[in-house]
Amino acid sequence: MNDTPPNSFKNQPDDHGHFGEFGGRYVAETLMPLILDLEREYRAAQADPAFAAQFDDLLEHYVGRPSPLYFAERLTEDLGGAQIWFKRDELNHTGAHKINNCIGQILLAIRMGKKRIIAETGAGQHGVATATVCARFGLPCVIYMGAEDVARQSPNVFRMKLLGAEVVPVTSGGATLKDAMNEGLRDWVANVHDTFYIIGTAAGPHPYPEMVRNFQSVIGTEARAQMLTRAGRLPDLLIACIGGGSNALGLFHPFLDDADVRMLGVEAAGHGLDGDEHAASLLGGAPGVLHGNKTYLLQDEDGQITEGHSISAGLDYPGIGPEHAWLKEIGRVEYTAVTDEEALEGFQLLCRTEGIIPALEPSHAIAAVAKRAKDMRKDEIILMNLCGRGDKDIFTVAEKLGVEI
Amino acid sequence: MTRLQSVFTKPHAAFVAFITAGDGDTAANLDALVAGGADVIELGMPFTDPMADGPAIQAANLRSLGAGTTTADVFRIAAEFRKRHPNTPLVLMGYANPMIRRGPEWFADAAHAAGVDGVICVDIPPEEDAALGPALRAKGIAPIRLATPTTDAARLPQVLDGSDGFLYYVSVAGITGKQQAATAAIEEAVIKLKAATDLPVAVGFGVRTPDQAAAIAAHADGVVVGSALVELCGEFGRDAPAKLQELTTKMVSAIKQAPKASGS
Repeated sequence: MNDTPPNSFKNQPDDHGHFGEFGGRYVAETLMPLILDLEREYRAAQADPAFAAQFDDLLEHYVGRPSPLYFAERLTEDLGGAQIWFKRDELNHTGAHKINNCIGQILLAIRMGKKRIIAETGAGQHGVATATVCARFGLPCVIYMGAEDVARQSPNVFRMKLLGAEVVPVTSGGATLKDAMNEGLRDWVANVHDTFYIIGTAAGPHPYPEMVRNFQSVIGTEARAQMLTRAGRLPDLLIACIGGGSNALGLFHPFLDDADVRMLGVEAAGHGLDGDEHAASLLGGAPGVLHGNKTYLLQDEDGQITEGHSISAGLDYPGIGPEHAWLKEIGRVEYTAVTDEEALEGFQLLCRTEGIIPALEPSHAIAAVAKRAKDMRKDEIILMNLCGRGDKDIFTVAEKLGVEI
Repeated sequence: MTRLQSVFTKPHAAFVAFITAGDGDTAANLDALVAGGADVIELGMPFTDPMADGPAIQAANLRSLGAGTTTADVFRIAAEFRKRHPNTPLVLMGYANPMIRRGPEWFADAAHAAGVDGVICVDIPPEEDAALGPALRAKGIAPIRLATPTTDAARLPQVLDGSDGFLYYVSVAGITGKQQAATAAIEEAVIKLKAATDLPVAVGFGVRTPDQAAAIAAHADGVVVGSALVELCGEFGRDAPAKLQELTTKMVSAIKQAPKASGS
């Protein structure tokens, strides 16, 4: 910790889990001792080479890491500007970056002697990844999922059940991701002694935002080394989509102190930022407290949380990881937003030019890549995190395109 | 002596009654609680995401918000209550986000102006006290903290430091309205808490019947009932006041028959 140079962007959070004014531990007293215990155990695991060795081994042989770094030649030609490179995290086992974090957290759960795993899920990707690691390690698994999402994402619900998880539809509130997270917290508070809560993104009470970021940083650490080997230099611009923000932080964090590397986080603008139907917490929200941390939230003037909207269920969350809130405030990362329609165009563009069907989440990043690449020189490099594959989204896309399948 | 302090000098344990603001005719409901003998009113501020609450209070939050209740409405209800009942302590209970939305000073000013005596914020633990505590103390409003079965002896001093009004002991690790802990476990916990603080200790979460209230009143300085009252608001709507008064009367009568905790 002490060897981090001063003025580093990588030395957050502070000892209390604050990223500037964001983050923290805004939880009920019942959970507070558990959060503190989790932090102690995580610090011990961080200092234990055997923990890192087990994590690395599973990532290599079970998840399939390192994921490739891929030069998207035809997309680059099509856009006619900067070189586009992808970090291929959609090739991971279970089809997205989510598994990286789940491997880390389940190893920690086992280390802490926990006997039962719970998690929340929106689109179902984190639920599938959690159910996967629970099956792999033989732990019972309960997944909370908004009843609306259960209906919208039935293939993933079936996947979770095949993997042995119990999927609990949540009918409270708006019956979507935030309500699933409320229900996860309610379960945890009632089962404090034997249960480990695997949070799916770099949000929630400290130490989750830091812990999830660190587990996901394998993305950026690999990509940085791969880029230096393949291109002989660092990229000029990193681009990633943002819901809670874990795939973006995973890519960005290892580059934060590379002053010449610019970064762009892409939020979901849904039907447009001028209305209420979007999920852009940073660009269309305001700071507040929800789910254990202070961060940007979609909320009304009284602090009531409003529902996010996005074509992508994985971006449809009214908050964002607190480190992004801090990176926005200090200006290290630029944030933009892309509409449902633009994301659909990005989705099709990648299918046509590269033979890759992306998830709707990174399709937002692709749309942003398409906008930026054109204005950049041909010797400049954009590195985008292709954080999930699109098999799960083909029904949504077909419906939007007016195709019956 | 503040209103909260004087309430705990009574010869019996205080009955602390919780309902959600804006869920039905709140003024009439509050008057019924006072008429039934409630010693302290806990007025819930509705929130879209009440993650420490069970189904009954979740539903009350949604009914209230569905009826269009705003923060201004909550303060109006509090201020009017204060005019009608100058001596009954009124505590606001809720979640951080609606409380700090316009800044903690704004909230503390508004609470002070409305005659609020204390604030219980479920998701601001001592570690995040700076988010609201200093603003409340500056206005003479008691920040009421929660202790739980997971708050061990090593942690308790941190919970007590900066705590005021009374200490709210959450008798079960869980959400509101679920099963109650064993009376013996509550007694043991209350004895430990009272050895560590001069603040009155009120016990809540899962207290549903007069018998349970009486058992707790034998050891604690206060008994908090929420979900059982809130369910009446949900079931009877505009006709809830008579039911609320009836249940409150039974609770208070049971509490008064229990001897008050020794040493307080």
